[in-house]
Amino acid sequence: MIRIENVSLAFGKTNILKEISVSIPKGGITALIGPNGAGKSSLLGLAARLLPLQAGDISVDNLSVSSTSGKVLAKKIAILRQDNHVGSRLTVRELVGFGRFPHSHGHLTENDHRIIDESLRLFGLTEMSERLLDTLSGGQRQRALVAMAYCQDTDYLLLDEPLNNLDMYFASELMKSLRNIADTRAKTIVIVLHDINYAGSFADRIIAMKDGQVVADGKPADIMTETALGGIYGFNIPVISVGGQPIALPFRR
Amino acid sequence: MSIAANQIGVLLATLVLAALFLVSLGVGAGDVTLFGLWHGTAELDLLAISRLPRTVAVVLTGAGLAIAGLIMQAITRNRFVEPSTAGTAQSAELGILIVTLLWPAASLGFKTLAASVTALLGTAFFLMTAHRLPPTQPFLVPLFGLVYGSVLGAVATLIAWQLDLLQYLSIWSSGDFSGVLRGRYELLWIGAFLVVAAWLVADRLTIMALGRDASIGLGIDYARMMQLGLGIISVISAVTVVVVGVVPFVGLVVPNLVSRLMGDNLRATLPVVAVSGAILLLACDILGRLIRFPYEIPVGTVMGIVGALLFLVLIFQPRVRG
Amino acid sequence: MIDRRLVFLGALALACMVAFMTIGLRGNLGFVLSLRAIKLIALIEVGIAIAVSTVVFQTVTANRILTPSIMGIDALYLFAQILLVFLLGGLAYTSLDAKLKFGVEVVALMALSLGLILPMLRTRLDMGFLLLVGVVIGVLFRSLHSLIARVIDPNDFAVAQASSYANFNDINSELLTVASLLTLAALVFVWHARHVLDVVALGRDTAIGLGINWTRTQVACLLLVASLVAVSTALVGPVAFLGLLFVALAERIVTTRRHSILIPAVALVAIIVLVGGQTLFQHLLGNSSTLGVVVEFAGGVVFLILLWRGSRK
Repeated sequence: MIRIENVSLAFGKTNILKEISVSIPKGGITALIGPNGAGKSSLLGLAARLLPLQAGDISVDNLSVSSTSGKVLAKKIAILRQDNHVGSRLTVRELVGFGRFPHSHGHLTENDHRIIDESLRLFGLTEMSERLLDTLSGGQRQRALVAMAYCQDTDYLLLDEPLNNLDMYFASELMKSLRNIADTRAKTIVIVLHDINYAGSFADRIIAMKDGQVVADGKPADIMTETALGGIYGFNIPVISVGGQPIALPFRR
Repeated sequence: MSIAANQIGVLLATLVLAALFLVSLGVGAGDVTLFGLWHGTAELDLLAISRLPRTVAVVLTGAGLAIAGLIMQAITRNRFVEPSTAGTAQSAELGILIVTLLWPAASLGFKTLAASVTALLGTAFFLMTAHRLPPTQPFLVPLFGLVYGSVLGAVATLIAWQLDLLQYLSIWSSGDFSGVLRGRYELLWIGAFLVVAAWLVADRLTIMALGRDASIGLGIDYARMMQLGLGIISVISAVTVVVVGVVPFVGLVVPNLVSRLMGDNLRATLPVVAVSGAILLLACDILGRLIRFPYEIPVGTVMGIVGALLFLVLIFQPRVRG
Repeated sequence: MIDRRLVFLGALALACMVAFMTIGLRGNLGFVLSLRAIKLIALIEVGIAIAVSTVVFQTVTANRILTPSIMGIDALYLFAQILLVFLLGGLAYTSLDAKLKFGVEVVALMALSLGLILPMLRTRLDMGFLLLVGVVIGVLFRSLHSLIARVIDPNDFAVAQASSYANFNDINSELLTVASLLTLAALVFVWHARHVLDVVALGRDTAIGLGINWTRTQVACLLLVASLVAVSTALVGPVAFLGLLFVALAERIVTTRRHSILIPAVALVAIIVLVGGQTLFQHLLGNSSTLGVVVEFAGGVVFLILLWRGSRK
């Protein structure tokens, strides 16, 4: 369980997060949604100890992120950030392999290779595994980075807008893979999404943030309503039902 | 890059280095021939006192500088920086100057220590500043570093001028191996140890090149690795400046060339970078001895030309894709 | 109407000149005065050459932190010298008449600028990239220069240590007349074109829209810059960031980019810094040879600050 208690964050006079308390129990996919600047990425960064905690506490399986050593946490929680500019000339396999670093410190074992192969397969990278990263398209690179995070083989996987740069096909493939991982390997996935329909279709739970606070929290069916979405985003978003699945239509006419 | 191809690369590079090593032993104002070595002690002495120490010094310096550049590029995530374009070498010069000033009789070891400390401070300042330049314009960082280095150089010149130490300064600011003799280069072995140390943390360095977030995510103590990297860079630069003087561009062009051929998995490429650095510097040193035989052109000057040309090729030629 | 700030700068410059000529006079007055006058003229010339070349170069490249030296044009001058050495052979080169040599070098530098710098400016590459290339080219040619110097005369370490800082003490006075003519011609030309330069400063597209023949203007500006760089480099040596320092100071004072005010302002600032600085260092600090290093240091710091600020906007 990721437990977030009274977490606040400020840069200068700007308050990014205000007294946030929320728990994410083990298992399933939790989607973080909300308008730009709501503080979703900051919250994720804090949970993965990429940003120092200013106020409050965050713990992962009762390990406080501020006092637990980085090595221990790296086996517990993996994160993929939004702006991943990789300038290194590495092959896809090498990059994904670095996800094993917390476990093997660079001396890859048979088991490591098995997990690397699995990650490559899972995210459709097997064919391009020997290619250099700078020869890949933006979407392929993005998938390689997700595979690397997965390869870290942690209970918790935090993904900050992983659908960036992906076309519709690969976006939906990636979401299906994540769903599959969550269901069959008992992984806990927290994912920041901009497209609320992906959140509505694939997540078990949606947490909506706005101005540094949690404004809505519940099952997709509870969040994917005209009233709830209108409150979160500040404009009217019609929701229709297609085959029992609520679909938001944030297109103004 | 497959393991086999990688090993062939290392083997080839080592062979080239060995060949240059032998050539270097034979080139100089005094003749050294196999025949002479067999019969006389004078040539053996020449070899043991001057030629061999010099050649070893060049190899150690070239390897050390190339690795210092490699580390700096990894921790700044910028391919165009190296100790002599980031104020490191110039800070080291300032350090030696200050020690020479306050305590003229200081030992070489103490000077190196002082130079390491100032190099560390100067580089830390550069990194803090460069860190805030926009990552979208990678060329600003080396530009900033070059000018920062020349500002530090101006300060050193000014001090030296006032105190009549200008001659000393010119010794440190232009790399030259002609003064290397047995007993006066051994500090350079520190660099060799640091190269090995770098190789031991090669995986961490590769991950650091992926960025701070990725490093922390993979459980690396980012701050401590940064300090370690800075320490290695500073000490290698300081030792080099103290013993032979500033040698530009080795740390810049060698890691870039190797990266183009073999990628950036440092555990595989780091040894190749070290050997290639030694090859480049040794080739330039031999060249400097031959151009105007029996006079010598300092290796700093030769590297200034060869290195600048290679660097221009590197930045003008777009990355080969594939 | 003459700008009040220009009048102030003019008065200050005049005061510096008077101080330079009169402080600490001793011995044979006529001799000392004529010696000082020659030096004064040289300093003024160098100041004007650096000021005008920097302003024009910045205008035509639409870039406020460029100077011809940062782009490597003064290193190109060294390269021109090297070329001549190769074409004529070392001995023939050293025995050549100084003025003739200078003339040939100026022409060579103009040709090199058109051949190397112009294509770079026309590619519209990233500014940081251009600057970096300029700096590296500078290192290249300086190293080449000291290499050649050593090859010609391996024992002459003085030449090999080709000074990396401007030296305002022993100015090469043989070239004074030629340099004066060149500077004067450049000054007349620039003054004549001051309004055109204002339009050029608006950028390529706007300038073309306003009826400027862009290519011709660019070429003319570059030739002008090349000849002025040749003047200052031949007289005192390389001056990497000096022009930047002058322009930054002058802009602070006159707060305008209009050439009819900026050019005189920069020239006056240059004269104040060089003549005033030389007087100060000579008589108060007792060591005039370090002026070049000090102003270079200040210029370098100004460059870092401009780069830092500009990149963070």
